[in-house]
Amino acid sequence: MNASLSVQIRQRLFTRLRRRWADYGFIVAFVILILIAASFSDVFFTQRNISNLFRQIVTNGLISLGMLTVILTGGIDLSVGSIVALSAILVSGLQQQVPVPLAILAAVAAGGLVGIINGVLVAHFKLAPFIVTLATMGAVRGVVYVYSETPQTPSDPTFRTLLGGFVGPVPVAAVIMLICFPLVWSFLNRMAAGRAIVAIGGNQEAVRLAGINVNQHIILAYVISGLFSAIAGVLLAARLGIAQPSVGSGYELDAIAACVIGGAVLGGGGGGAIGTFGGVFTLGLIDNLLNMFNVQTYYQQILKGLIILFAVLARRKE
Amino acid sequence: MRKHEYLLMQDISKSYDGTQALRGVTFSADLGEVHAIVGENGAGKSTLIKILSGAVRYDAGQILIDGKPVSLDSPLHAHQAGIRAVYQEFSLIPHLTVTENILLGRMPHGKLRGWVDWTAAHRRAQDILDGLGFTGIDVRTPVSQLSVSHQQMVEIAKAVAERPRILILDEPSAVLSQEELKRLFALVQQLKSASTLILYISHRLNEVFEIADRITVLKDGEIVGTVRPQDTDEGRLIKMMVGRTLGEFYPKREAKVGGEVLAVQGLSREGAFADVSFSLARGEILGMFGLVGSGRTQVARSIYGAEPPDAGEIRLEGKTIKIRSPRDALQLGIALLTEDRKRDGLVLSCSIRDNISLATLPEVTRWGFLNMHQVDARVQRQVQELTIRPPQIQRLVRQLSGGNQQKVVLAKWLLTHAKVLILDEPTRGVDIATKVDIYHIMSDLADQGVGILLISSELPEILGMSDRVLVMREGRLVGEFTRAQASEEKLLACAAGLLQ
Repeated sequence: MNASLSVQIRQRLFTRLRRRWADYGFIVAFVILILIAASFSDVFFTQRNISNLFRQIVTNGLISLGMLTVILTGGIDLSVGSIVALSAILVSGLQQQVPVPLAILAAVAAGGLVGIINGVLVAHFKLAPFIVTLATMGAVRGVVYVYSETPQTPSDPTFRTLLGGFVGPVPVAAVIMLICFPLVWSFLNRMAAGRAIVAIGGNQEAVRLAGINVNQHIILAYVISGLFSAIAGVLLAARLGIAQPSVGSGYELDAIAACVIGGAVLGGGGGGAIGTFGGVFTLGLIDNLLNMFNVQTYYQQILKGLIILFAVLARRKE
Repeated sequence: MRKHEYLLMQDISKSYDGTQALRGVTFSADLGEVHAIVGENGAGKSTLIKILSGAVRYDAGQILIDGKPVSLDSPLHAHQAGIRAVYQEFSLIPHLTVTENILLGRMPHGKLRGWVDWTAAHRRAQDILDGLGFTGIDVRTPVSQLSVSHQQMVEIAKAVAERPRILILDEPSAVLSQEELKRLFALVQQLKSASTLILYISHRLNEVFEIADRITVLKDGEIVGTVRPQDTDEGRLIKMMVGRTLGEFYPKREAKVGGEVLAVQGLSREGAFADVSFSLARGEILGMFGLVGSGRTQVARSIYGAEPPDAGEIRLEGKTIKIRSPRDALQLGIALLTEDRKRDGLVLSCSIRDNISLATLPEVTRWGFLNMHQVDARVQRQVQELTIRPPQIQRLVRQLSGGNQQKVVLAKWLLTHAKVLILDEPTRGVDIATKVDIYHIMSDLADQGVGILLISSELPEILGMSDRVLVMREGRLVGEFTRAQASEEKLLACAAGLLQ
């Protein structure tokens, strides 16, 4: 009697632990990484490296927020990398003709426009998100090359110093990204539109029958993704001081990886802003550490792949 | 004569995530027997049959077949031991043809290995279906184009084609019409005389009494007892399942029927139903009966705007209305509880809170932001009033039992305070206690003046709850009965086209 009770309690504790582990496994992985880094390197904990780390994760952080929103609806957005290039090259090129704020606005709006196109094709024409965004990924990249085959450099020096600069030791871009995470969290958890988006990924038909305009919300998700990618492009141009037309290729994979490590379920039905932040951070940390130890990029890719598999395996349900 | 029974499951225990689904269950059954297993949702029936079919592993105990211990670690092992299961959830592959589904993994090949001999395959599949008395199914059609009841028959054919010694049927009748059910029962008798053990799981006790040789009752993961149908009756069986006697099954109600709230005139939708006209009054429960495929569900979905009608008029409180989407319907005060909660009633990956509040988000939203206190208070009140278990509103709906899931869907629509509530099979796949709860809620709503359209294929439910009954057949309204006129025989005859 007593024995079976204690067995039950132990079982319950065990399953709860396992569930926690499944939810936040990345945090554990992340702490272990820090410990390794701290014990082997005397550079890691320098202010310079930490602020560098933050600068490096800005791009993926912003893109991942948009990607998360789309994944929550049950979709995927492969066009994010091309949108980064589009907005980076537009913001750099346009500021030679118009004032910087206007150039930024135009670049971000261009990202939103691609989002609308993606969203309308997915929602109204019922096309597969993978195919639609694969098509726009190629088409937008083409538009970028049509606009400029050669790299563009931002001509306005304040653009670089303002958006590429620092407040104290903290990069401005990182501040923007760090503000965006709670914003997206509130959107997804505290706003009607956000709850609808989360529910759509779980069961689109049930949401439609609950009197919610599903198409509108799907379009909104792709627009959010387009906007965040465009903002990432603007900040990237400001940091690098140059916008290559080839920039951003492959970024969609990093963003998808960050979401998945953070608990997002491709096809909808799971994921959130907090987990995604963990995913972004983990990936950034791996890059940072391996660079510090001068590990070749190829090995970095292998390790990243393993981490993604590990994260998905840990969360696997029986 | 053998001393032991063919199948013996001994001291079987299984727990999921700390909840004990089965506690030391010992169960036995013999060849040439139809053995029914009954119990409320969550009693452990599904776990027991999943263990037997190799889908789930058990923690402790042993299984003996013909006196020899066997290990059923995977469905493959179970197949090899001669066990086949037909689940409630279909295991058919939608875009493959009936033939491929029935013969999956053993398609006949022609002279060249690897090349399918299609003529032979179709013939073999057709033979199997004919042999079982399942007619009217074209073996060349993809399964996705079949009606649900035909899909169920294909599923059964697939299992039976393997000539299993033990056949498990899990709620096989849920989607079958009366006629199809008769054929299934004939098949079960045929298999029984061919010395097969049939384990029959069903919520419908009248079926169980009709077909079973023995009935085993499960409750809270333990076996309450095994009885012979001739030694018991429905009331005593329910008492065994629930552990107490239930009060009034269908609440007594003084119908205070008011003026007309909804009227439908000449409603038609190509390929689904035609020229449907009826009216529904305030405080009235209007039953709608019909066999599977009679168009009942489509009428409901059309009124709700889920599949807008091609022609016809809908009036709400005397005013002609246009409904183009579920949103329009909701805003006008019409709500629909759909027949399949998992398909289009619930977001399983979301919480109780999200699901209950989903249809009424605009009411608790200001400037796009949700008032979380208000949301929680409203949801909490529904959870208490409908006694949803567990009462933690952040729990995922996926983790709830069928009865509680159904209560969540109902709570969602109750929050809309609709004037017209359409309930399509509101008690499908829920336990008896929840059923009674739902009947009482319906009765209370009617007392408050809500007009209720109750669609159901369970005759006792229709007869017990409705003030008036409509009967549909092949997309048309073919009969209307008052409560006093209606009887099981008349409704069935009318639905089958034998009565005008």
